[in-house]
Parts: sequence; C-alpha cells; structure tokens
Amino acid sequence: MPEVKPPLSSSVDSGIMPRKLYAIGAEFAGPKELFAAAEKVRDKGYKNWDCYTPFYIHGLDQAMGAGKSYVNLFTFFGGMGGLVGAFLLIVITSVYVYPINTQGKPYFSLPGFVPILDLVMILASAFVTLFGMIALNGMPRLQHPLWDWEAFTRATHDKFFIVIEVFDPKFSEKGAIDALREAGGTNLTYIGEDE
Amino acid sequence: MGYLTPSTKITPPRWDLLARHDDNERAQAEKDIIREPYVTNNRDATWVGDRIASAIENPTPLWWFIGVSISGAVAGLAGLGILYLILTGVGVWGENNSANWAWDITNFVFWIGIGHAGTMIAAILYLTRQRWATGINRAAETMTVFAVMCAGVYPGVHIGRVWMAWYLAPIPNGNAIWPNFRSPLLWDVFAVSTYLSVSIVFWYVGLIPDMAAMRDRVKNKILKYVYAVLCLGWRGSARQWVNYEYCYPMLAGIATLLVISTCTVVSSDFSTSVVPGWHGTIFLPYFGVGAIYGGFCMLITLLVPLRELYKFQDLITLRHIDLCCRYVLLMACLITYIYLMEFFVAYTGGSPNERFTFFRDRIFGPYSMTWVCMLLFNSVIPMLLWSKKIRRNPWVAFTVIIFPSIGMWLERFVIIVSSVHRDYLPSAWGMFYPTYVDILTFTGTFGIFFLCYLLFIRFMPMIAIAEIRAVLPESNPHTPPAVVRDGEPEPAKEETHA
Repeated sequence: MPEVKPPLSSSVDSGIMPRKLYAIGAEFAGPKELFAAAEKVRDKGYKNWDCYTPFYIHGLDQAMGAGKSYVNLFTFFGGMGGLVGAFLLIVITSVYVYPINTQGKPYFSLPGFVPILDLVMILASAFVTLFGMIALNGMPRLQHPLWDWEAFTRATHDKFFIVIEVFDPKFSEKGAIDALREAGGTNLTYIGEDE
Repeated sequence: MGYLTPSTKITPPRWDLLARHDDNERAQAEKDIIREPYVTNNRDATWVGDRIASAIENPTPLWWFIGVSISGAVAGLAGLGILYLILTGVGVWGENNSANWAWDITNFVFWIGIGHAGTMIAAILYLTRQRWATGINRAAETMTVFAVMCAGVYPGVHIGRVWMAWYLAPIPNGNAIWPNFRSPLLWDVFAVSTYLSVSIVFWYVGLIPDMAAMRDRVKNKILKYVYAVLCLGWRGSARQWVNYEYCYPMLAGIATLLVISTCTVVSSDFSTSVVPGWHGTIFLPYFGVGAIYGGFCMLITLLVPLRELYKFQDLITLRHIDLCCRYVLLMACLITYIYLMEFFVAYTGGSPNERFTFFRDRIFGPYSMTWVCMLLFNSVIPMLLWSKKIRRNPWVAFTVIIFPSIGMWLERFVIIVSSVHRDYLPSAWGMFYPTYVDILTFTGTFGIFFLCYLLFIRFMPMIAIAEIRAVLPESNPHTPPAVVRDGEPEPAKEETHA
C-alpha cells in the first residue's frame, strides 16, 4: 500500500504536520490589525518572519523592526559607474583612438560631452537600481513554499498575513503558535516544504 | 511706526466678521475645503482589484476586436510606407533641398512629446506627493512607452540606408570612424534610446505587484504562467515592499532628470543650428512645455473613453479629468507666453533673417494657415477649460482637448518646416508638400500606438491596483474611524455602476 503523503500545508487545529515544516502563518483582517500584530511579534524577539500585504503600508517596516533598505546605494554607484564608463568611452575614442577634427573643435571638448555623460549615467543607474531591488528581494523565484498555502493566494488581493519561519533562532512550534494567536491571528497554518 | 516693536499693539482678529456668514455658506465652504476622495463611492480594496482585473477576466468585448482590427490595418499602412521607403530611398518623402527636415522630424517630436507627459505624471507627480496621480499613472506610463516606440520609427528610417543604422552606435567599425560625441544628433540617439529603456524599466517596476495580483487570480493556465514569470515571484512581503518603495522614488528621480535631459537634447537638435527660427535659447523650456502639453492632451483622449467603456468612473474620477485639464490649461498659458516671447526676441534681437522668419514668413508666408491654426488651437480654444463645468464634463473636455492635440502637431510643423523652407538666399527657397508615403507612415504610427495600447489593456492591469489600494483611507493603519455626526446617515456604499 502506498504511503499517504501529508499535505504541504495544513491547519494548526487539525494537528496534521507536513513532513518538513517551513513556517507557521496566520491571517489578519486588515491593515490596522496587522500593524498591531506586527508590533507584538517584533516584541517577542523574532527575526526571520515577515508580513504579507497586497499593498505597501506606511510604517509597517518600523513596526516590524526591519532595517532600512539599501536600494539607493545601487542607484548612486550605478550612476557613478555609468558616468565614469561613459567618460572613458568618449575620451578614449574621441581624444586618443579615433580623433576626428570636426569644425576645428578641440578633441577634448568637455561641454559637448556633457549630454551623453548625463544620459549614460541615468541609463546605468536605472538598470542597476532595478537589478538591485530584484536582488535584495530575493527575486526572481518561480517556486516558494508559501504558494502551496491555499489562503495565501489572497495575499496579493485583500488578505494580510504574518509568517514566522523555522529558521528563526527563537522558533519553537508552540511559541510561534502562541505569539500569532495572541496577536489576534486567525486560520493558523503549518506551511510545509518539499523535501 | 511702520514696523513691529514690542510696544506695538496687535489688533485681535475680527472673529465677529466671520460670524456674519450663515450656516449654508459655512457648509458650502466646508464642502469646498474637503478634498474629494481618490476613489469615489467608498469603494474598498477588494472592489478596486475586482474592477480593474475585470477588464482582463471578462470576455473580450466586441468593440475591442473592432478597435484592434482597425488599428492593426492602419498600422499596416506604416509598414507599407516604411517598406517602400527602405526599398526606394528617402526621396519618396516630400523632403527637398531647402526643407531637408519635414514631416519625419515633426512626427518624431510630436510622438516623443506625448511620451514625455507620461513620465512627468508618473515621476514628477509621484515625487511631489500628488497622490491622485495613482489613478492615471499606469495609463500615462503605458502611453509613454508606446509613444516613444512610434517616435523611434522616424530616426530609425530617415537615415536612408537603414542597414547602416549601426553606425549610430558607439561600436568599432571597419572605417575606423566613431560617432562624433559633440554632435546633438548623436545626443539624440542616446537620449531616445535611454528614454525608451528607462521608461520601460519604470513602467515594469510599477507593474510587478499588479502582475503578481493577476497571477494569483486568473484561471487561464497560460496567462497565469506568463504573469508568474513576469512578476519575478513577487510575494508582497513587507521586507520586499520596503525595497520596492525605496526603488520607486529612486527611479522617479532618475526619470525626472531624464525627462529634462531628453527635452533639452531634442530641442538642441534645433537650437544649436544657425537656422533663424531654431536658433533660440528658449527652445529648452519650449520643448519641455510643449511635450507635457501634448502628452496631457493625449492622456485625456485615452482616459475619457476608457473610463466609460470599462466603467472605471470611481477610479478615474471627474477630479482626475479636472486636474489633467488644469495641467493642460497651465501648459497652454506657458506655451502662449513662449510664442509671444519668440516674437519679442526676434524683434529685439536685431537679426534681419530672424525678423523675416517670424514677422513675414510665419504670419504672411505660404504656411501662414498652419501658424494661425496653431495659435487658435493651442492658445485660444484651451481657454475654455477655465470653466469648471467644461473640465468636469468628460466628453466636452475630450472635444476641447482634440484641438490642442492637433495644434501641438501643427506647432512642430511650424517650427520645423516654416523655419527651413526659406533659406538665407532667395534662390534656395522652396516648399514642402507631403507625399502619400509621408501620409501613410504618419497615419500608420497612430495605428501602431492604438494597437499596442489595446493589446496592453486587454492583458495587463491598466490602472495600478496596488497603488490605488495604498491610497484608500482604510489602508492607512493610523486613520481614525470616520466620525458620523448625530442625525447624519452613514456614508452609503452606492452601487451606481457595479
């Protein structure tokens, strides 16, 4: 007889555990409830946990105790890289490698180079910002354990979730369930992961 | 004593004067002061998502097929025009020896101008915290991307030998000639390609959370897969949102810089030359204002039918149309100032050639009708928008806006053709008349634009779902509950056009 596989996600109340636990999640009714709950979970000292919302909620990152984002550094260094790269490209080609006398203008005519320096700087910083954001967000991803949780499909729509992961140094099954219950979460769920 | 000293007695405010207003006046004043909501009829986040996604999930309406067929056929005209041009040569256009630049550059500047307003709305209004713009920014960004693509048709083919287009790029070639980095025409190559790339990045970043929302709700397997790949696995976690919300203003700042750079570069194609009528320092703001003007007109032209066809009246409210019309009005005033200033500078500048261009050729020359129509369409007719009744009536505003849309095209024609067709020597004077290839290609670009736009609104959320949800009052965890005074009914959730 084939072995019955437990489902990848199952309600905490049912008592069925997935084979390999990834996290414990709970659902919250709205932004206000989520905000209050995030402060409570933060105060318990958890680190590897996250809130999932359909839209950006101002101040939620502070309520979670999450640090600031460093996407702006990508913008700055991307822009600087573009500027230096464009300067080298123009100067090496127009001054040293292929100097062409046009209308008697000097080979090194910096004012005439400014528009292209500016545009390449913008181009580079935009792309580096985009890739920086993608990298910092751990994207792209085609699979994630959370997507096996049926209720989670509404996380991009109108439901709000808090998920505490097992990698958290303070994680214990009972502690996480209690923390989420205390914070007012409903529909507590074990979220499993493929072995 | 004219100034305040410690001994000066300060008159207390005359509160009694205020008290003379009756209750009706006060109620009206209160109503006027309170801003209209971004989304009317107390719609909630669920409704917003359902309504916007309905445009993708509902069966395709008949008008969409008709629209796609017509615009596809018209886009084919551009294909024919371009193919004939490539096979034969640029001589098939009406350009000649005095009017070396004509419809190709007119249409290029026209389309690139429409592109600029999209970034202006999405980036500058975002940075200045104009949160109403969340309702229209996706439509505007989409308009930018497709308009810049239409603009790109012209520099792509007007070089004549299109198979040599790679000479524009800074890559080593067999002749050991590199592009001249001091030339405004090369700046233009960089400006337009950077503009297209960065506006696509900006548009794409805005689409990521919305594509994730679509991934989680569409039933169609293929569409679901496409959304899942394109949204890069967005989960909407708060830590992702922080990075995202840092990325967005960064890109908005970059895009703002880019709008100004690109306007400047496109205008310097003209202003760095010594052609009377082009050689002016005012060209830099001139092109910026003109671009935003034309773009807002195009945006209203797109938004008014869309909100009716898809019943988006609560998302693209009358206030949105009103505010866009106010921008049109502002730009109309600015551009009128620039028109006058051009004449002033030509008069005081003392160059006989420039005086001839403006005071003889523009007003009384063979192209005088384009100048008269331009002034009428761009400076006179938009003044109707001072009336709030017209701004608040979408179809009337739509009709008024058609005129400056045409007027902005005429403006580019006036700047370009009526400046070059009279050279310094009368022996080199000429006239430009468009050929049928010119007309086919220009008509065809409208087909390309509307075809792309129709395809976009069928498969992608045309209004930013996540951004609209974030500006709803219920989305702010710190909003106090709405105060309901005694005797007043609770705000009703009207189902006017559900």
